Amino acid sequence: MKTKPATLVQPDRVHRRCYADAELFEQELRNIFEKTWVYCGHETQLRKPGDYATVQIGRQPMIMVRDESGAIQVLYNRCPHRGAQLCVRRDGNTGEQFMCSYHGWRFNLRGGLLGVPIEDGYSNTGMTMTDPEFSMKRAARVEIYRGFVFARLVEQGPSLVEWLGGARAAFDDMCDRSPEGEVEIIPVCHRVVQHSNWKLFMENQVDVLHAGVTHESAGRAAMAVEQQLQQATGTAPSEYKFLSTLALPLSKFAELLESKNFPNGHALIAAYLEQPRDADTLEYERVMRERYGKKKADEIMGRNAHHVVLYPGVSVQPLLLQLRVIRPLTVDSTLSEIWHFRLKGASDAMYRNALQYFNLINSPATLVNADDLENWNRCQRGVVSTASEWISFHRGCGSETGGPGVTIGKAGSEAPLRNQYRAWLDYMNQGEGM
Amino acid sequence: MNADRRAGAVQLEALADGAGKMVRSSVDAETRMNVEEFLFHQADLLDTKRWSEYVGLFSGNGIYWMPARAEQTTWQGVPSIFAEDINLMNIRVKRIGHPRAWSQQMEWATSHVVANVRVGAPDPASGILTACSNFHMTELRGDYQRYFAGRYAHQLRRRGDAFEIMLQRVDLLSAQIPFDYVIQAWV
Repeated sequence: MKTKPATLVQPDRVHRRCYADAELFEQELRNIFEKTWVYCGHETQLRKPGDYATVQIGRQPMIMVRDESGAIQVLYNRCPHRGAQLCVRRDGNTGEQFMCSYHGWRFNLRGGLLGVPIEDGYSNTGMTMTDPEFSMKRAARVEIYRGFVFARLVEQGPSLVEWLGGARAAFDDMCDRSPEGEVEIIPVCHRVVQHSNWKLFMENQVDVLHAGVTHESAGRAAMAVEQQLQQATGTAPSEYKFLSTLALPLSKFAELLESKNFPNGHALIAAYLEQPRDADTLEYERVMRERYGKKKADEIMGRNAHHVVLYPGVSVQPLLLQLRVIRPLTVDSTLSEIWHFRLKGASDAMYRNALQYFNLINSPATLVNADDLENWNRCQRGVVSTASEWISFHRGCGSETGGPGVTIGKAGSEAPLRNQYRAWLDYMNQGEGM
Repeated sequence: MNADRRAGAVQLEALADGAGKMVRSSVDAETRMNVEEFLFHQADLLDTKRWSEYVGLFSGNGIYWMPARAEQTTWQGVPSIFAEDINLMNIRVKRIGHPRAWSQQMEWATSHVVANVRVGAPDPASGILTACSNFHMTELRGDYQRYFAGRYAHQLRRRGDAFEIMLQRVDLLSAQIPFDYVIQAWV
């Protein structure tokens, strides 16, 4: 019997089956990931026609490709003949066409069938060259916001901009920080598999109180070396702050990390890292003021989002130029893809700040996320327990302020986690026809 | 990052370019044996978790580098899996040893094998040797085992009757496939 999603989500608690039930996971892929906007990549990954990158949307292997006209297409990575995948690499250039390795069917960069060998073998059959059934299927919609490419597999639903709503800050705050208003991707993607449900990743991105406990060891280790260096030499590398700030007392995180919660489960968590004041940063600020005028530049540089989380799959750090996207694999395993960007028109020194964060926090040798992954694994092993059927989301419940469009959570409130479950329930109810 | 560290490293990278191309040893047997003993000792320090001694094998401006991609030729200004000087290595040591390093509370151990050691002739000006080798590492985490393999390139300078590491490059065969969990200590 199918589970009714509404029975699993209450205002302040969620049933453990949301993390542990394989059938429910299939419903999520069908009703959430294959119905809504999913991040595919950045347009600077595809420089010229034929450049492609493979990407997963829900259960569907897809190809993002730049066509002859320069437009970006998102196609199902499947030959309509016998179902073989057409591209097996993560990225590359396919030339002017896709050719299937099995029987040589060929398709143009918009997915249209160009030809099949010994075509007259199909005379008087149900297969015709013009039937769309025998072209590569295309995603129902592809939209790009400031260079970030999203696709959805069903036509019906809001535009990308409407869906993003106030969470457009993820990309606005990142791109506006470039003197040219654009970023470009660094073509190295780290990928990490966590042995836990995808929602544990999404919840952790907006969980403001975990940092001081989960990351205490990294914070204290960095603080000790930072202090040693300061005593010995009078200075320590600025990137150590990424780590040593994690040693702040919990009450400080609660005070600093206000959340803004938007429709569709999106949220913005305020920044807690101090902005560097070194000579490179001051020079960057001068360039920004020259480009945008003092008032606008100061407004842009004053924005302070640490994470902007786009439910159900993307976490963006606009100031640190990082983006993580998750691909759910099974009910208890999730792939994350980790990217970073460079501000167009800004100096190398500004890039190095993003790079240091990428290397120290987001690399597969991370000093920080290692303990997040460990905690999610522990949660996943815990949700099979029937000691209780419920997972608690009580902190700050009922204390949200603000109105429709955006609510505010303070003092370590779990408001953004509850906001994610409101969106989850909407998607799941719609999908189940309720 | 201070300017001295950068200046020291630029010189080292010039040597790093040749490392991957070296296919046979060009030093006497005794030197090659000394280098092998040094590499085996380094691996043993990892497997016995003698972290401070491990860090002590690096020169004051030494670098441990695991590139994200094989085609990378410098550790600076590019995304890496590890790119650590002595100070960052000391942070890692302190973290691993912290009582609340949650990810390290389970049973955790490694076993390294270092082989196919080839040692190039010392650079006449600096006396720095380049050694190439292959490694296999098996890691135990909780109830599971996993495997890593790849190549080391060491740039070594004489220190007493042993060596110190100026730059160690570690090319992991699986650097660009999804990591099952993450890596916590140097490989």
